[in-house]
Amino acid sequence: MDIEKELAEIKDKLNSAPGMENKLSMIVFSGDLDKHLASLIIATGAAAMGMKVVLFYTFWGTAALRDPAKKVGGKTFMGRMFGFMLPKGRNKLKLSQMHMAGMGTAMLKGLMKQKNVASLDQLFEVAAALGVQINICEMSMDLMGMKKEEMIDYPGLKVCGVATFLADAKESAVQLFI
Amino acid sequence: MADYTVSKSFDCKGLACPMPIVRLSMEVAKLKVGEVIEMLSTDPGSLADVPSWAKSTGNAILETKQEPGLIRFYVKRQK
Repeated sequence: MDIEKELAEIKDKLNSAPGMENKLSMIVFSGDLDKHLASLIIATGAAAMGMKVVLFYTFWGTAALRDPAKKVGGKTFMGRMFGFMLPKGRNKLKLSQMHMAGMGTAMLKGLMKQKNVASLDQLFEVAAALGVQINICEMSMDLMGMKKEEMIDYPGLKVCGVATFLADAKESAVQLFI
Repeated sequence: MADYTVSKSFDCKGLACPMPIVRLSMEVAKLKVGEVIEMLSTDPGSLADVPSWAKSTGNAILETKQEPGLIRFYVKRQK
């Protein structure tokens, strides 16, 4: 038996085994402010720990990536309705609990400022600086009539599908769904 | 007192999770291997988080000093 050859084979197998990369893949599904805060705190924390980070924004999560300053035309009636009903960007998100017609959310944002907890704006900035990859689910965007042109300016922002997420998730040591 | 020289100090006072770790990773990236940095933190969570960060990234904490309302970490870049 050729031991060196066998060793190389084992090494190859280990390197291509699922979940071997120091990488975090996260699905950001929720449209709630608190869950978006959690997802970005984990994402920036992981990037700081030296992990590669990929966030896959889907369903209600996609609305948080809208840029309120951008307007796009050519939407269908349903697309316009969704656009109107969904929060226009990360600063319009509501708490999942204790929103209380805006009072609770405003109070939490006040508390965050007072306790010097990073806001979503700051966290997105940090995420970009640390090279956190953001992918948007094409199907969710299409379903709700959103367009890539109305999304935030973020380095490397990519529109993709479930296969891209799964390819990332498969090689990641950590996978999360928020 | 351990035997090392601090080449830089940075201030995380008042910052909350995850910013101390984010700042630490950015500052350590600027060091040369073997250099030591001092980190000032007021975040009690960093007492657990800085060691976890060091373990995960393969860097070393040489010393942790706790003063009332202030924590000083001495972190050495290992790789």
